[in-house]
Amino acid sequence: MSSSKKRPILGVDELSVSFQTSLGEVLAADEVSFRLHEDETLALVGETGCGKSVVASSILQLLPKNAEVHGQVVFEGRDILRSDEREMSHIRGSKIAVIFQNPSMSLNPIIRVGEQVAEPLQVHRGIPRHRSVQMALDHLNRMGLRGDTAIMYPFQFSGGMNQRVMIATSMILSPQIIIADEPTKGLDDALARDVVSEVMKIRDSSGAALLLITHDLQMARDVSDRVAVMYCGQIVEMGSRDDIFENPQHPYTAALLNCLPEKGFQPIPGSSPSMIHSPDGCKFHPRCQKRFERCRLRPPMEVLAGTKGASERQVRCWLR
Amino acid sequence: MNCRHIKNRLLPTNTSLCSLVLFLSFLLMALLAPVIAPYDPYIRFEPYRSPSLEHLLGTNDLGNDIFSELIYSSRVSLIVGFGAALMATIIGTVIGLFAGYFKGTPDEILMGITDIFLMIPQIPLIIILAAFLMPSFYLIALIMGSLWWTSTARVVRSKALQIRETSFVEAARSLGFSDMHIIFSDILPNIVHVITPKFLMAIASAMIAESSISFLGLGDPTAKSWGMMINFAFIRGGFINDYWWWYLPPGICITLFVLSVVLISYAFEESEEAALRIE
Repeated sequence: MSSSKKRPILGVDELSVSFQTSLGEVLAADEVSFRLHEDETLALVGETGCGKSVVASSILQLLPKNAEVHGQVVFEGRDILRSDEREMSHIRGSKIAVIFQNPSMSLNPIIRVGEQVAEPLQVHRGIPRHRSVQMALDHLNRMGLRGDTAIMYPFQFSGGMNQRVMIATSMILSPQIIIADEPTKGLDDALARDVVSEVMKIRDSSGAALLLITHDLQMARDVSDRVAVMYCGQIVEMGSRDDIFENPQHPYTAALLNCLPEKGFQPIPGSSPSMIHSPDGCKFHPRCQKRFERCRLRPPMEVLAGTKGASERQVRCWLR
Repeated sequence: MNCRHIKNRLLPTNTSLCSLVLFLSFLLMALLAPVIAPYDPYIRFEPYRSPSLEHLLGTNDLGNDIFSELIYSSRVSLIVGFGAALMATIIGTVIGLFAGYFKGTPDEILMGITDIFLMIPQIPLIIILAAFLMPSFYLIALIMGSLWWTSTARVVRSKALQIRETSFVEAARSLGFSDMHIIFSDILPNIVHVITPKFLMAIASAMIAESSISFLGLGDPTAKSWGMMINFAFIRGGFINDYWWWYLPPGICITLFVLSVVLISYAFEESEEAALRIE
């Protein structure tokens, strides 16, 4: 799968997000850059709290008001970080859709499921209520929720069913980009696999690009074409899935892979750094086994050739 | 919320069932006044008659049939109660929703206005306005409606502040819904259960206020309301001569209707608390 030949449809350039808090400035995303190409799946992986979800929220300007955002997010030839609320609400849902974590909380508890799936059709396409509910029902049927499910309320559904409803709601307008923000968080293993296959099915049938945000490495390996590894607000390594999983270049990626069951659950020594006073230089160096003098300086992102020649590879480490 | 839900919520206690029946019968009385009342309340018979089969509650100083008058009076009393309460609830809900949803400066401004309105002594203001303006019950309902939204606004605001942070509101934003759409189709349905008891209590207090003002003689003398009936009984010798059939029935009607409304709103609040306990 050669993603370099495909047209990029979303470009994130040097995106930095910081929050002013009473304890100091939290740098949640630090010069994050990546491209999302048509019809590909990019997995953004990293530990909890490394800023993955902040990247997702800032793409759609869904961050709270105290967030300070720098950089560019280019979509359809425009920097959508500078778009006003009106333009954004046109993009949200209909062109870029988000699938949230915690599906049961993300549905309005007192509105019937069918109505909720139909709402985007009414708001963005102006389709009358009756017809939109019928379309929503068809859509839910395709997602495997058969029968009278559309007239039920979210509390009558299981978490997995609600996740499907969420996916149906996000997908009903066939967006070009799907951002799945930890779609399997809080679901048990079987359900998580179910949801993943559901997301894959939808993605394949609609041809949308998928930005998958997850801490689940196995899921990233099963689903993605390319992987970006985040640590403490920075992307430390990015490349094709096979390159990342078979030949990790950054010590953090290697350490993360060693946590997998087949590698014997080796934990990374130390704990995740605070995002308020993050380490100088390479952010991983206090925990890195291979650190040396130069690691006190901030390493640049270096572009390497991917082993399969096709997709480029980027590493932020002095060892390369 | 559909009818079955309301029934389920109100069924558990007999009190709430009784109050619902009482409430509905008063509503029917007002709606079907021409059918129920034996006479037109403006027809004049012999004045000061005692109750008899012909005139169930006797006649008043002008010779109007008091029973018919009582039934027709329910219309004005209920219109004032419902009108004022509806207006107050709508204003309070809209202000509360906007303040709670937008937070920040709009919230400061709207809550500042609410505080100013809270400081106005309401009954004295209504008395003064009623004394200086043309006495009409529409005007009284309008004044009360434009003053009594403050507590609704505050309750709705605090609830809206809470709901705007939930993930389904965030999800709605990420689907590109406008603020107005989110406020009225995502947040509002989730606070109807808070607004309903507020609305019912507003009906009760508006009716009591209307009766008090009418009793003081500041009401509309051409419109027949329960408060005006008591007022006429008072100034035209009903109290002195002990014509209880003249002044007691309107007093009982006011009390019973207000009681039914208050009990229904308590039933709502109780079922709400029960639901919270289950959670």
